[in-house]
Amino acid sequence: MKLKWAIIGALITVIALLTGCEPLTVLDPKGPQAQTQADVIWISIAIMAFIVITVFVMLVYLLIKYRGSKQPDSYEPPHIEGNKVVEAIVVGIPVIIVAVLSVISVKSTYEVEAKPEGYGDKEPLVVYASSSDWKWHFSYPEQDIETVNYLYIPTDRPLEFKLYSYGPITSFWIPQLGGQKYAMSDMITTLHLGADAPGEFMGRNANFSGEGFAENTFNVKAMPQEEFDEWVKEVKQTAEPLTEQKFDELLEPGHLGQLTFTGTHLDFMPPPEGHHGGHGADDKKNSHSSHESTSSEHAEHEEEGAEHEAHNE
Amino acid sequence: MEFFERFAVPHPSPAIYASMVAIALTSIAIVAGLTYFKKWGYLWREWLTTVDHKKIGIMYMISALLMLFRGGADVLMMRAQTAVPENTLLDAQHYNEIFTTHGVVMIIFMAMAFIIALMNFVIPLQIGARDVAFPRLNALSFWLYFMGAMLLNISFVIGGSPSSGWTSYFPLAGNELSQSVGTNYYMLSLQISGLGTLITGINFIVTILKMRAPGMTLMKMPMFSWAGLITNVIIVFAFPVLTVALAMGTMDRLFATNFFTTTNGGMDMLWANLFWVWGHPEVYILILPAFGIYSEIIPTFSRRNLYGYNTMVISMVVISLLSFLVWVHHFFTMGQGALVNSIFSITTMAIAVPTGIKIFNWLFTMWKGKIQFTVPMLYSLGFIPIFTIGGVTGVMLGMASADYQYHNTMFLVAHFHLVIIPGVVFAMLAGLTYWWPKMFGFMLNERIGKWAFWFIAGGTCLAFFPMFISGLDGQARRMYTYSEATGFGIWNMLSFIGAIGLAIGFILIVYNIYYSTRYASRDIGDDPWDARSLEWATHNPVPEYNFAITPQVNSRQAFWDAKKNGHKLFKGGYKEIHMPNNSGVPFIMAVFFFIFGFGFVFSMWITVIASLIGIIACLIHRSFEKDHGYHISAEELEKSEVELRGAK
Repeated sequence: MKLKWAIIGALITVIALLTGCEPLTVLDPKGPQAQTQADVIWISIAIMAFIVITVFVMLVYLLIKYRGSKQPDSYEPPHIEGNKVVEAIVVGIPVIIVAVLSVISVKSTYEVEAKPEGYGDKEPLVVYASSSDWKWHFSYPEQDIETVNYLYIPTDRPLEFKLYSYGPITSFWIPQLGGQKYAMSDMITTLHLGADAPGEFMGRNANFSGEGFAENTFNVKAMPQEEFDEWVKEVKQTAEPLTEQKFDELLEPGHLGQLTFTGTHLDFMPPPEGHHGGHGADDKKNSHSSHESTSSEHAEHEEEGAEHEAHNE
Repeated sequence: MEFFERFAVPHPSPAIYASMVAIALTSIAIVAGLTYFKKWGYLWREWLTTVDHKKIGIMYMISALLMLFRGGADVLMMRAQTAVPENTLLDAQHYNEIFTTHGVVMIIFMAMAFIIALMNFVIPLQIGARDVAFPRLNALSFWLYFMGAMLLNISFVIGGSPSSGWTSYFPLAGNELSQSVGTNYYMLSLQISGLGTLITGINFIVTILKMRAPGMTLMKMPMFSWAGLITNVIIVFAFPVLTVALAMGTMDRLFATNFFTTTNGGMDMLWANLFWVWGHPEVYILILPAFGIYSEIIPTFSRRNLYGYNTMVISMVVISLLSFLVWVHHFFTMGQGALVNSIFSITTMAIAVPTGIKIFNWLFTMWKGKIQFTVPMLYSLGFIPIFTIGGVTGVMLGMASADYQYHNTMFLVAHFHLVIIPGVVFAMLAGLTYWWPKMFGFMLNERIGKWAFWFIAGGTCLAFFPMFISGLDGQARRMYTYSEATGFGIWNMLSFIGAIGLAIGFILIVYNIYYSTRYASRDIGDDPWDARSLEWATHNPVPEYNFAITPQVNSRQAFWDAKKNGHKLFKGGYKEIHMPNNSGVPFIMAVFFFIFGFGFVFSMWITVIASLIGIIACLIHRSFEKDHGYHISAEELEKSEVELRGAK
């Protein structure tokens, strides 16, 4: 059975590569959310490998043992309707596996949808990330600066991205810091990330958005808080202010390099608020100055989830 | 000149011009050939106007194979483009058009047509019926599908192809961001062929429920017919959603409504929801018939009965129900929050249970069997490991938190191809080879068939396993190019080689058909595989009336019991048979639908109104038509039966 061996060989190669010297981006997490996701992926790979191997072994065994060429011509296979015990096992084990995976899935989903753990009660850095054809605009309301196509972030601090779009649906994704989420033009979605160590990461739009999609990427650089503060200071001293006219120009379809501005577009072009998005810009500013605790932050998210659920139905 | 501008392709390339020439030459060749060999009359009488389910099945199959090659040509261009980093073979727009049409053609016009082809040919025979419940409606179904397919296929030479993905998410697919008529083609061609599919669904539900041979209770029905029943129930529930979504999308594009535009209160997520409320059940519409086919082939070539018949039926029913409860897993990342994602994560993974049961039942069917490695069996055996890998990665994707990392990546592409290719394509090729002798009266060559199988199975593995890796390494899907530094090059090169392997496999299948048509023996009897279900109880090839005497069934494997246990299948003498007349109306009506669709795409309202009048005229004609069909007398029947038996 050449095929089976080819597949087993390929599987071993895959596992070897996954565990090998050069870690794959998603499995080389640099933040708590990405870590959770990588753990879930590894657990599921292990459980799934168990299932795959069971099926392969059974298949190979059956094919060798019951191949027609080996049996006498007179052999007539019996009529077997089924067996209650066998069928109970065949139903029972998958049910148990799915139950276990469900628990892991639900628990980790709540984890990655909330403020990342392990940073104490540090207040999150809020960044408004909006996409336009085919660029990313990052507004830092707290610092009152804005960048295009690159992102500087402090390490060891929760990050809260507010995502929306000035065009087609896009998906904001920094694989080493955590999973992606959609940015849409009529609502704001919230993505919680965090970076454990300084470094440079790849970020991109992962959702097909037309002609310039392939190049719709941005660079992410994580650095200690002090360095980040210094960068902000430098930006404030050197960068041009972002005017409404300039921003309109930036929204034109096309690719741009990395740009830096003081001020944000949130003032003259507020993000899509209203009941879809949960919180608008003003709303958010208030909640920030009031230093919310983790628990109330969490409650807020559940509320948001419930709202979206209603919206989707 | 205005017309030229309107029909001009917005992004022409040498490849498109070459295709235009090729299409023109092929059309001329077909017309000339038909005229030269004086086959116009034959074509009209025997095929275009036929209401025979077997011929309709064969026409579906030919169309599906054509579409397979159309979609396959797209694949080769896509994989060639991405084989090396920063390739300039195709530009972004061309690449976008190609992957969009690849998706549409393969799902709607290839896979759907292939399953309906086999359902059409096999189910009436398998349940001992003379035809489907509504033969003329069946012809209309086929011609609507065919015209829908042709409408999409002319898009790349007239006016430009759709380019916003087969999912056609708004606002990308809206007027503002997709200015060419491509998306209009998408909306109209899916609408027309979808209408055909919906009619098929109703037709087959009635056929299976009302026309089974005496004694064949539902729980004695062969598994492929069961799969057909469940599939058609899903079709009837799912396709109206597509119809509505497409109608809304068309209105957005042509009449400036704002259902899915984000200005004026439209909701882009509404499209995604509607699309996947249809789109996810669609996956099971494709896979369940495949499961049915394997449930016929594995017992036949294990020389044993199907293990766990009851659980097989129950699991299919459960799958059909769950298929409607999981659509949100296509957009876990749309921001609906942890609670909703958790619910859909669990329902998604739950589908693995009934599917797993089926896999184990097939394995147990081989237990204590006597396995023969024929070509159909090889596809069924190749299906099990590859589909298992595709399936378990589906469970991985179903875990919402992890899906945030897999979503929109090559990992997803690998998963669904490793489910759909072994699940649908292997099943169709297995079914094609298995039922080929029933369709045409000779067998396909086993040796060439086995070569083709190994190329296809190996090509599938090589093409898609590397995508798991590149996906986990951060390669998003639908990127027309990537930089050298990403390191995706090697994986994409392997995929390209795999795609070439697949292409060779499919070419071998065509060669096999040619070779076997010329050289295969016509003296194969009625039951060359020593099979178990009713379709093998009639002659080879099947006479137009299917069974001269309606079979009497009293077990799950009536034909097998007739052969081995002396059960009497055909009792009594010949009686007069009533048959439906051929009709040109379905074909003519579908042509009007084609013109209607084309006019709509380009907003040519006079054409639209004229064709609409044509469609209505066909309907009126039908409602006043007195057509009671014709009768085959007992004497004629006896004569042709003697002839058929003598021919052996």
